[in-house]
Amino acid sequence: MSATASLPLATAPGRYRGGGLPGFGLSLGYTVTSLTLVVLIPLAVGLWQATDLGWGGFWHAVTQPRVLAALRLSFVTAAIAGAVNAAVGVLLAWVLTRYPFPGRRVVDALIDLPFALPTAVAGIALTSVYAPNGWIGQLCAPLGLRIAFTPLGIGLALIFVGLPFAVRTVQPVLENLDQELEEAAATLGASRLQTLWRVVLPAIWPAVLTGFALAFGRGVGEYGSVIFIAGNMPLKTEIAPLLIVTKLEQFDYAGATAIAVVMLVIAFLCLLAINLLQRWAGRRAGLA
Amino acid sequence: MSISARHISKSFGSVQALQDVSLEVPAGRLIALVGPSGSGKTTLLRILAGLERPDAGSGPLFFHGQEVSGLSARDRRVGMVFQHYALFRHQTVAENIAFGLAVRRRKQRPPRAKIRETVAELLHLVQLDGLAGRLPGELSGGQRQRVALARALAIEPRILLLDEPFGALDAKVRKDLRKWLRAFHERIQLTTVFVTHDQEEALELADEVVVMNQARVEQVGSPQDVFDYPASPFVIEFLGNVNRVAAGISGAALQEHDRLYVRPHDIQIQPQDVGGSGLKARILHIFSAGSVAQVTLQRLEGGEILEAEVARAELETRQLHEGQLVTLFFRHIRVFSTSGEQRWIHNALAPAGTK
Repeated sequence: MSATASLPLATAPGRYRGGGLPGFGLSLGYTVTSLTLVVLIPLAVGLWQATDLGWGGFWHAVTQPRVLAALRLSFVTAAIAGAVNAAVGVLLAWVLTRYPFPGRRVVDALIDLPFALPTAVAGIALTSVYAPNGWIGQLCAPLGLRIAFTPLGIGLALIFVGLPFAVRTVQPVLENLDQELEEAAATLGASRLQTLWRVVLPAIWPAVLTGFALAFGRGVGEYGSVIFIAGNMPLKTEIAPLLIVTKLEQFDYAGATAIAVVMLVIAFLCLLAINLLQRWAGRRAGLA
Repeated sequence: MSISARHISKSFGSVQALQDVSLEVPAGRLIALVGPSGSGKTTLLRILAGLERPDAGSGPLFFHGQEVSGLSARDRRVGMVFQHYALFRHQTVAENIAFGLAVRRRKQRPPRAKIRETVAELLHLVQLDGLAGRLPGELSGGQRQRVALARALAIEPRILLLDEPFGALDAKVRKDLRKWLRAFHERIQLTTVFVTHDQEEALELADEVVVMNQARVEQVGSPQDVFDYPASPFVIEFLGNVNRVAAGISGAALQEHDRLYVRPHDIQIQPQDVGGSGLKARILHIFSAGSVAQVTLQRLEGGEILEAEVARAELETRQLHEGQLVTLFFRHIRVFSTSGEQRWIHNALAPAGTK
C-alpha cells in the first residue's frame, strides 16, 4: 500500500516543471535591472554619442586608414592568439588531467596567474624579455626575428592574458570524460592518435570553442598589457582600444565612440558566430 | 575460440584484485563470471581484453592456443561491451558500429560500400534496422546496449566480453534482453564471457558459471552443478537464498563445527506434532504475494529465524497461519565441515515413517 501512496509524489516534479520553481519573477527582474544598469544603458549612451557625427561623419571617422588598420590589427591578432590559446590550452589541460607528475598542483595554480596579475605588469615583463636587448629578444634578433614592437609581440601579450580561459574551460570537460570511451576505442583497434582525433576531440570541441571565444573576446578588448609591447606606431602596431583612448585624450568623444561602436558590432557578430558553431558542435557531442 | 588463462594475479597498490586465478573456456561457450562487487571479476575481464596487465609472475594467456599476453588491447581483436556501453555520443549509430572498421590501416580497411553493408547486416542482427542515423542520446538503454554489441561484433572478434551487460537496465528490459542474448549466442556461437553480480542471471544464462570471491575462484561448473553441489559456504550463500542452521539436529552424525545450510524450499512445514525428529517452531509471518509463499519461522529452541518457501496450494491445504506452532522437516541439508569436506544429508529430519 505504501507503494501506491508514494505514486503522486513521484509524478509531482513533472507537473510543476516550467514555471514551478519559486522566485522566477524576482530573479528575472533582478537580472534584467542589473543588466540594464551595467550593460545596456552604457552601451546605448555610447551609440547615442556616436550619432553626434551624423551618418556621413560616422562613416568618415571609421574609414580613416589609421582606424581601419587598428581594427584589423586588433581582431586579427586576437583571433590568432585565441586559436593558439585554444590549441595550447587543450594540451595543457590534457597534461594536467592525465599525467600525475610532481609539481602538478603548482603548474595548475600558475595557469591562473595572468588572471590575477595587473595587465600592465604583464606588458612590462613581456617587453623587457622580448625587446631586442631582452633575454629572449637578443637571441631572436640575430635571426632577423623581432618580437617586441611588432604584431608578433601583440599576439604574444594576448596569448599570455588569454591562456587561463582556454585551459580552464577545457580542463573540467576532459576530467569528466569517461575513460571507458578511450578503452572502447582501443579494443576496437584504434591507435592513440585515432582515439584522440575521433573520440576525445569531438567530445571536448564545444569547450574548446568556448575557450577560444573567451580568449578572443579578452584579446580584442585588451589594452594594458599590449600598449607596452606594441610600440604603438600608427598604421603598424596601433591597436583599436589604444586609438580610442588617444581620441578620448584629444576630447574627440564622438570619434572614440564611433570606433567603439564598430568594435562592438564586429565583436558581437564574431561571438554570435562562435555561439552558433558551438551549439552545432554541442548537438553533435550529444550535450544539447 | 577457446580461452586459457593460468595463474593470473593482479594487485592495485595494496589491494589484491586477483590472486592466482585460472580460467579455461572451451570454444563457443557462454561463461558467467559471478561474484559480489570487489571479487575481481571485472578485473579478470579487463585482463582478458588487454585493458589491464596482470602482475609479473602471472601465467600466460592463450586464445585458441595462441599466446596473447604480450598483445595490447588494440591488437587482441576482442569484442568488449562496457557496462555503460561507452558509445561515442557525437557519432551516429552507423558511425559507432563502423568505428572498428574505419580505423583500420588503409590496406586492411574494407571499401566504404562494404562497411555500409556490414553495418546494415549488424543492425539487422541486433534488431535495430532503421536506426542507423540516430545519435546514441536518442536511444533507449536496451537499444544502446545492442548498438554497443553490434559495434563490438563489427571487428569480427575472436572472443566477446560483456561487463555487467544488464546492469544499467530496468527489470523488465533485463529479462527480455537476457533471453534475447541467450538466443543470440546460440546463433553466432562466439566464445563469450560476461560479468554479473546477479546469481540468477548467471545461472539462467550461462553454460558454465565461475563463482568468484575475494580475488579467488570459489567454484567452476555448470549452473546445475554449482547450485546442486556448492563447494563452499560462500557459494551456497551467494547462489540463491539459504538458511544457516545452528547445530542441534539429531541423528545425522554431525561434528561440532560443521556448518549446516537448508534452502527455503527444502523446509517442510507440518501444522501439528506428527512425531519423527522435526524441529518445533512458530510462524512469525507469511508473505504470499507471489507464486510461492515466503514463511518466516522462529525455532522454539534457541530462537533462530528461518525462511521457508511453500507452494500457495500447500499453504491453503495445511491451513498455516501466523502465530501457529508447527513442526519443521528438512528434505536436504548441505554440510560443510572444517576439514573442507562437504556433503548432503537427505531426510535427516523427516516425519516419522518416511525414513
